[in-house]
Amino acid sequence: MAELMYWEAIRRAHDEEMARDPLVICMGEDIGVAGGTYKATKGLFDKYGPERVIDTPISENGFTGLGIGASFLGVRPVIEIMSVNFAWLAMDQIFNTAAKVRYMSGGQLTAPIVVRSPGGTAHQLGAQHSARMEKVFMGIAGLRVVTPSTPKQAYGLLKSAIRCEDPVFINEHELMYNLKGEVPDQEFFHPLEGSEVVREGRDVTLFGYNISVHWALQAAEVLSKQHGIEAEVVDLYTLSPLDRAGIAASVSKTHRAIIVEEAEPAVGVGSEVMAIINEECFFELDAAPLRVSAVNVPIPYNRQLEKAALPAVKDVVDAVLSQVAK
Amino acid sequence: MEVDLLKTMLRDMLLARAFEERAAQEYAQGNIAGFLHLYPGEEAIAVGVLRAAEPADYIVSTYREHVHALVRGIPPGVVMAELFGKKDGCSGGMGGSMHLFDRERRFMGGYAIVGETFPVATGIGYAVAMRRLPEAVICFFGDGAVNQGTFHESLNMAALWKLPVLFVCENNHYQIGTEIHRHSAVAEVWKRACGYRIPAKRIDGMDVLAVHEATVAALEQIRAGNGPQLLECETYRFRGHSMADPGSYRPKVELQAFEDNEDPVKIAIAETVAAYPTGEQIAAAGSGNIERLSGHLQQSELLTAAQLEAMRKEVAEVVEEAVHFAARSPEPAMEDAQAALDCNRHDEVLI
Repeated sequence: MAELMYWEAIRRAHDEEMARDPLVICMGEDIGVAGGTYKATKGLFDKYGPERVIDTPISENGFTGLGIGASFLGVRPVIEIMSVNFAWLAMDQIFNTAAKVRYMSGGQLTAPIVVRSPGGTAHQLGAQHSARMEKVFMGIAGLRVVTPSTPKQAYGLLKSAIRCEDPVFINEHELMYNLKGEVPDQEFFHPLEGSEVVREGRDVTLFGYNISVHWALQAAEVLSKQHGIEAEVVDLYTLSPLDRAGIAASVSKTHRAIIVEEAEPAVGVGSEVMAIINEECFFELDAAPLRVSAVNVPIPYNRQLEKAALPAVKDVVDAVLSQVAK
Repeated sequence: MEVDLLKTMLRDMLLARAFEERAAQEYAQGNIAGFLHLYPGEEAIAVGVLRAAEPADYIVSTYREHVHALVRGIPPGVVMAELFGKKDGCSGGMGGSMHLFDRERRFMGGYAIVGETFPVATGIGYAVAMRRLPEAVICFFGDGAVNQGTFHESLNMAALWKLPVLFVCENNHYQIGTEIHRHSAVAEVWKRACGYRIPAKRIDGMDVLAVHEATVAALEQIRAGNGPQLLECETYRFRGHSMADPGSYRPKVELQAFEDNEDPVKIAIAETVAAYPTGEQIAAAGSGNIERLSGHLQQSELLTAAQLEAMRKEVAEVVEEAVHFAARSPEPAMEDAQAALDCNRHDEVLI
């Protein structure tokens, strides 16, 4: 098993799929000659040429739609949108075309595209480069949303997404491309649906996704060492459709739930997981579920304020302590 | 031009007119709901363009696409059933008037977001280019769509990568209810293509022969690998934007003038009934050529008045049968809706 960085894992998935299938292409701004802002397509231009590794103009709605149109004829485009903040510009094509075309054509056409994009807040990129948009994508029928928290997931989810007949949005993270982790040498496909218990525990379940899985794991260590509380950590790598059974199973075991999310609380992963808990296992609860979320503001530029706007490990620990005390 | 093709195009236009007028009646009776955008006045474009296309070409259209679908060969009953929202409709009742699809006929859809179609058509063109096939994509749009960013984004990419796309503007001079000089700084749509070095031409969209001829030439260029082309077809819609729109913003005299002198069906009749004139004849006819061509009606031997009448009767029967087919078709069930959403999820690694 090799240790790869998140970007290397994504690059490997691209490379394997492009080598296998001449209809797999990738496209986006600066992904070809320049190798990609986050190196996720490094070297592919030289290997597969300009027709399959497309440096696009800065036309997010246009080139996303181009990928969708090509996918109607069996092409498998992996579309990189340099930052989710720019994905707003492509919403018409993603929501109105890709997510709906199969439905409104009575099943005749399908748009098997993959849109990859880094979300999340990095370091002082300001309000227009720090959005967390997974909540927007996960509410759309007809679109799959996954969000890898490890290099292994980043590799396996992209492999499965490319083979999937549905449009898939992969929410990556600006700060995670250099994260290292083990990725099996053997080719594998990560399930596009489900969740994973990444730390077993008995007292409380911490639900995280993408970067917040790591915050939850750090909080769980603090809780275990300093407070004798054993938190279970569940990685919600699939945001649409959310793993109802997995969520209910863990809550039924620990009887307490806290959702850790990098985004603002309104209409988000936390509120959706809470609704599922209510619907699936309300009577298993020993305490009201809580969310640890960002402050409901656009992300500030100032370093101190930026930090203050996001949830921290300490916030997770405090939330657990307040919940256990009840 | 071949006589058979002339007759075919005339029948297409008569059918189109009859179908749309009947759709309006069915809407009034409550059998069709939602938005209904009708095509009378613009028939020469769909007919002229699509009769010049090959079965292997791909068609991308807007929400005013019933006639494109009919000319492409989707049976009238199947189109009407979709307008009725029935299970036998070409989109299984899941699409409606604005979302007609027929994968087999490469009718890649009617889309209802203005400007949404440009990137989609360009992408289909990209896939065609990757396959090195002599196929083309035909993208219909209105004059109102050219102020969307996607128009410029797509023209740029199509030209940059020499994609086989024919952009066909159905310039009916109104974006919903706003006249073109009030919505566009440059009212000549063809000029915009010049900014992307795309060969473009403005033609009389009321004249099916002119449209056909221009399309043949444009597709020839596209198939030769010379990249995209744009045709601006000047036309006029006789009805409002949709059935919800009385079209009261348009001067009565303007509408009347088009209906009296520019009706593409009348023109096509004149052209078919009379032999298509040579260039010299047109030049000799001068500006009043429509009336002069009509004058040939009696002398022509291509199509007699009786044959024309028989053609009208035949399309009326086709439309009548289409309505019966639609009325008899069952309603789709919620399971059909779910199946349409899920039907292609056959990849076993997913779940």
